Amino acid sequence: MARTVTTRRKAINTALAWAIGLTIFFPILWTILTSFKTEATAIADPPVFLFFDWTLENYAVVQERSDYMRFLWNSVIIAGGSTLLGILIAVPAAWSMAFVPSRGTKDILLWMLSTKMLPAVGVLYPIYLIFIQLGLLDTRIGLVIVLMLINLPIIVWMLYTYFREIPGEILEAARMDGASLREEILYVLTPMAVPGIASTILLNFILAWNEAFWTLNLTAAGAAPLTAFIASYSSPEGLFYAKLSAASTMAIAPILILGWFSQKQLVRGLTFGAVK
Amino acid sequence: MATQHSRSAARLMMAPAVILLLGWMLVPLTMTLYFSFKRYLPLRGGDQGWVGFENYIRFVTSSSFWPAVQATLVIVGGVLVITVILGVLLALLLDQPMWGQGIVRILVIAPFFVMPTVSALVWKNMFLDPVNGLFAHLWEVFGATPIEWLSQASLPSIILIVSWQWLPFATLILLTAIQSLDGEQLEAAEMDGAPPLSRFGFIILPHLARAITIVVLIQTIFLLAIFAEIFVTTQGSFGTRTLTYLIYQRVLESQNVGLGSAGGIYAVILANIIALFLMRIVGKNLDA
Repeated sequence: MARTVTTRRKAINTALAWAIGLTIFFPILWTILTSFKTEATAIADPPVFLFFDWTLENYAVVQERSDYMRFLWNSVIIAGGSTLLGILIAVPAAWSMAFVPSRGTKDILLWMLSTKMLPAVGVLYPIYLIFIQLGLLDTRIGLVIVLMLINLPIIVWMLYTYFREIPGEILEAARMDGASLREEILYVLTPMAVPGIASTILLNFILAWNEAFWTLNLTAAGAAPLTAFIASYSSPEGLFYAKLSAASTMAIAPILILGWFSQKQLVRGLTFGAVK
Repeated sequence: MATQHSRSAARLMMAPAVILLLGWMLVPLTMTLYFSFKRYLPLRGGDQGWVGFENYIRFVTSSSFWPAVQATLVIVGGVLVITVILGVLLALLLDQPMWGQGIVRILVIAPFFVMPTVSALVWKNMFLDPVNGLFAHLWEVFGATPIEWLSQASLPSIILIVSWQWLPFATLILLTAIQSLDGEQLEAAEMDGAPPLSRFGFIILPHLARAITIVVLIQTIFLLAIFAEIFVTTQGSFGTRTLTYLIYQRVLESQNVGLGSAGGIYAVILANIIALFLMRIVGKNLDA
């Protein structure tokens, strides 16, 4: 929009937007600041904002007392594993729907979307039971499978909307030149699809990292990722503001950074292509 | 364009995703349906036979059902109203020219990336705590008695936490929609002397209608299922026991699987009604 705006108007917009932005961001900022305080400073009255003795002690203590790295590793394995497994299954499906659509394609896509709407609590006990039977309770592989399944519809949808933007003529040209299906996928499609696949991986990694129904209900000490680790701080004996903040900061920092790269994909992925 | 050969190849490529999702949907759902018609208490006698629709009747006639419906409606409704209204305003603001727009956008979107257990615990302890929370300090500054937020104002507290998490989502989608608005149309209206409010009411809002509908539908589905936010704050006490949480308690805490499963089926039906509307919109978009 090429509208000319007075500097004064721009300054007002800027001030207002920054004030609101900082207010919304404040709980995160406050958590990060508190993570560098001692426990005494963390509950000081009145609260201290910037001028305190910064310490890294909390980060060391969190690792030492609770073996934080193990939970982090569980999160990485569960979020990464479910995303990659989902991509492996979804790429062929999305590819065929985008390039060889049939009359049923639309129905299949919408049906997949409908499985995403299934309320988790409605199938909690059956999944719990199946997990016990198969020995999957409190295992990383169990959560990899469940999180892959709950995010599969989103992965297929995102990939589908990206693949559909690749012009079909290029594929036809490759076919005319005698490319086989395998060559077509490997040499023509893949290079064009890489950015879309990367965005899909990014968003789904974030969603899986933050998932907090199945991770809370299907894990105990063994496979618990960061969501469950943080939840263990809700019991009063774990109540130390500075340590809670340090643990929280470590749990959200990687995702905040990844999230900044995924703003656009977020819209596409979570509205199933309905808003672009 | 597609040959017979590529058709069957396409079907084959779709098969794993379709079969997995079909299994994921049908197997547990069938089991839930099965349990819902049984008196089934794993820790107290196990499977005690078929009871017809008794669980369905007991779930809706129990004294905790209507309070749970009410809590669910208040939380979902409250969060929707707050996130949509603030989301529209914030999106309009962020669409204006300003310095540091990219950074402000990042600040606004950040809460969406915070895992639910973290945001619930941070709010619970560092903001809403009646002794050490920042809100308590703020209240003291004005000479007021600090509120015990999570017990005295439990529903508003949950709404606050959840709204904070979902406002970025609403804002981002509405901002994307605003940016796709035809600027010339707005300029023309401006030149014709249309005041800002009527430009908003007659051009921007109608343009946003579809995006708002999508935000409402998607958020409703996610909001009906919120769990961690209640799990780590009130555990369903002080009137914050939503339908989701009630079913969870029936199934895992009191281990009354039959009753919980009947509740689960109600939840599935409810979610499907909302999903139907959402899919109609998304489906229309597929044809375009």
